[in-house]
Amino acid sequence: MSVILVFLLVIAGFSGWWLSHQRLLAKPWLEQGLAGDFIGLDRSALPTAKIGLGVFLAVVGCLFSLFTSAYFMRMGLSDWRPLPLPRLLWLNTGVLVLSSVALQCAVVAARRGQMDMVRLGLATAGLTALAFLAGQLMAWRQLTEGGYLLASNPANSFFYLITGMHGLHILGGLVGLGRTSAGAWNGARPERLRLGVELCAMYWHFLLFVWLGVFAVLAGWAATFIDICQRLLT
Amino acid sequence: MVDITPADAVPPAEVAEVELYHPHSWWTKYVFSQDAKVIAIQYSATATAIGLVALVLSWLMRLQLGFPGTFDFITPEAYYQFITVHGMIMVIYLLTALFLGGFGNYLIPLMVGARDMVFPYVNMLSYWVYLLAVLVLVSSFFAPGGPTGAGWTLYPPQAIMTGTPGGQDWGIILMLSSLILFIIGFTMGGLNYVVTVLQGRTRGMTLMRLPLTVWGIFTATVMALLAFPALFVACVMMLLDRVLGTSFFMPAIVEMGQQLQHNGGSPILFQHLFWFFGHPEVYIVALPAFGIVSDLISTHARKNIFGYRMMVWAIIAIGALSFVVWAHHMYVSGMHPYFGFFFATTTLIIAIPTAIKVYNWVLTLWRGDIHLTIPMLFALAFIVTFVNGGLTGLFLGNVVVDVPLSDTMFVVAHFHMVMGVAPILVIFGAIYHWYPKVTGRMLDETLGRFHFWVTFLGAYLIFFPMHYLGLMGIPRRYAELTDMTIMTESAHHLNSFISIMAFIVGFAQMVFLFNLIWSIRHGRQAGGNPWRATTLEWQTPETPPAHGNFGKELPIVYRWAYDYSVPGAKQDFIPQNVPGSFGLGPSREPA
Repeated sequence: MSVILVFLLVIAGFSGWWLSHQRLLAKPWLEQGLAGDFIGLDRSALPTAKIGLGVFLAVVGCLFSLFTSAYFMRMGLSDWRPLPLPRLLWLNTGVLVLSSVALQCAVVAARRGQMDMVRLGLATAGLTALAFLAGQLMAWRQLTEGGYLLASNPANSFFYLITGMHGLHILGGLVGLGRTSAGAWNGARPERLRLGVELCAMYWHFLLFVWLGVFAVLAGWAATFIDICQRLLT
Repeated sequence: MVDITPADAVPPAEVAEVELYHPHSWWTKYVFSQDAKVIAIQYSATATAIGLVALVLSWLMRLQLGFPGTFDFITPEAYYQFITVHGMIMVIYLLTALFLGGFGNYLIPLMVGARDMVFPYVNMLSYWVYLLAVLVLVSSFFAPGGPTGAGWTLYPPQAIMTGTPGGQDWGIILMLSSLILFIIGFTMGGLNYVVTVLQGRTRGMTLMRLPLTVWGIFTATVMALLAFPALFVACVMMLLDRVLGTSFFMPAIVEMGQQLQHNGGSPILFQHLFWFFGHPEVYIVALPAFGIVSDLISTHARKNIFGYRMMVWAIIAIGALSFVVWAHHMYVSGMHPYFGFFFATTTLIIAIPTAIKVYNWVLTLWRGDIHLTIPMLFALAFIVTFVNGGLTGLFLGNVVVDVPLSDTMFVVAHFHMVMGVAPILVIFGAIYHWYPKVTGRMLDETLGRFHFWVTFLGAYLIFFPMHYLGLMGIPRRYAELTDMTIMTESAHHLNSFISIMAFIVGFAQMVFLFNLIWSIRHGRQAGGNPWRATTLEWQTPETPPAHGNFGKELPIVYRWAYDYSVPGAKQDFIPQNVPGSFGLGPSREPA
């Protein structure tokens, strides 16, 4: 359970930092009226939707940390037999990076008001994300053809489970991306479109980050890294 | 004294008005409504309905335990199914949904001075997914083989094996699917509660001016958002084990002489995941109760809450600590002794912020102008019950005491006191307190007092004797104990007594339900602020609050939520949205 605890520690650190700016030491029973410095504390200047997405991403992060925790815990048992990762995953990783980059370009373009570039970025991101999902399915097929079936070994089960969960999240993101794209083509208000594109980019970057983490874990580098750290400490 | 008068000239809400959703038809107004107040009532009604199912199940269990062998239709399989579904409903579908979905939806926007939740559409979806989860759970009663009988903890491997009711039938599949749906639905609602507290607060409502009810619900929601994924992961993995034959939790196992196809799974992994959710869940239920009871006590004792800051810090501390105590549910799983020692220590540390809260409630009552209204009675009963259940928690938190008491009725008594009876007493108190705001009428006083005394005394007569049964070594989860030597004559009589009491207390809840329905039309008119309370929900122009909550202009908050019996003030309470200082000096009672 160490991965999830580290993740929660990060969340706790962030919450602590935020709370420390909320005047938790105030004595509200002595303070009346509207002090000038209270107004800054009313709410964040960030758009509400972004904060909502941020909270949701914390939940998603929690979910994947828990999968990873379970993975490491099972890995610790003596009969662990890892499965060989298909090399296709490298290509898929590249495609997903491309998708994130395209969305980042769309964000920049949206801030400058270049509609053509926004549309291009959104379309590229959508197509590359679909390509990533297709690539993941190909990788699954390669594995099943190689005899690495879902139920034949815990390592296999974890591989399909975690990559599948990640794929489902990308699929969900594509719904959001589709709605934003529909807005981009049907002439949504610029500020609304900009927010939509920014939200998509935030989600995409996060899922890319999750994928890199998942990839490192599944490939065994994460375990090696932790091993080295443990040796350095002891 | 940071007094910033004259504040009367402050212009109203610089805050951009929310684009409020306006319903156009009866369906969008009352059924597919995006108004948090309607959603709150939908949540509460659904939770109450499914809670009644759980009540009936507990009666059936008590029939079997109190009068073993008398009722043929309660087979051991059926008993396990009753126990499982009763526990699951009470913990998740009733308590979690009612506190967060019901009270959270109703009170958060009103108490922070918002027109609605920040994402009303998602909020509506949240309810419908919750309803779907409940329906899936109910459907398992009609599925072949009936609901799962694996116990509410659903421990593998037995949960998905043939000997367990529903293990190889539909029961466990429907149970896991229902939980997964519940978590998805809750996440949608939870995002709303958290972000509304962060972003929906009206002008002047700083975090340190929030009523403790909002603090409790807010912190509990944050915890739930971080804890429910663990249950989600456990459910998904067990569902794969059951449906697709993977071996996440299933070790190599022989069933009725036959080797199953599973191999290499770890049942302990499930326990870790389950309790990583399961322990925070206790506080997900308790923190809203803590918050609500603070407000009830302060309002009905006409006195400011003692140690508001300490109360807030304690809520945060409990929330954080509750994530590092989960393995105290697993002392008997064969863990390393140092591991157990660590978790026993964290468990005992959590008693400190909890004790601070109890002291502060008592000190709020100290020399207060206590009105023994029904909400106050329930609040007082909560303090007593919570202390009671908390003390047995200290027993069970220690490894050496827990090991012999594990799986006895003592554990049943402990968690029913601390997480069953105590939060439900708060729910009752809160319903008596806020019903006038929701309906505009008071609940009937006589029926209310009858309900309180029967419930309070009855709950003690049910659960207190269980401690003794537990100390005698009577195990829990057994459908029939007649042939055991530890089941003495007196233990049997005690069991029968408990069962009769359970029926009486259950009957009192019917009186309560009658009161709820009857008073909608026949209750005494309440007016806008019958308890003379300070928080914003009592200051709405209409009662019950109309769509948009606060009429044309949002209220501005000038003070904290606990200005009761302020010396020099005209009334014994000053609402949060009343400007001016009433010439108060720093001589006011510091908390």
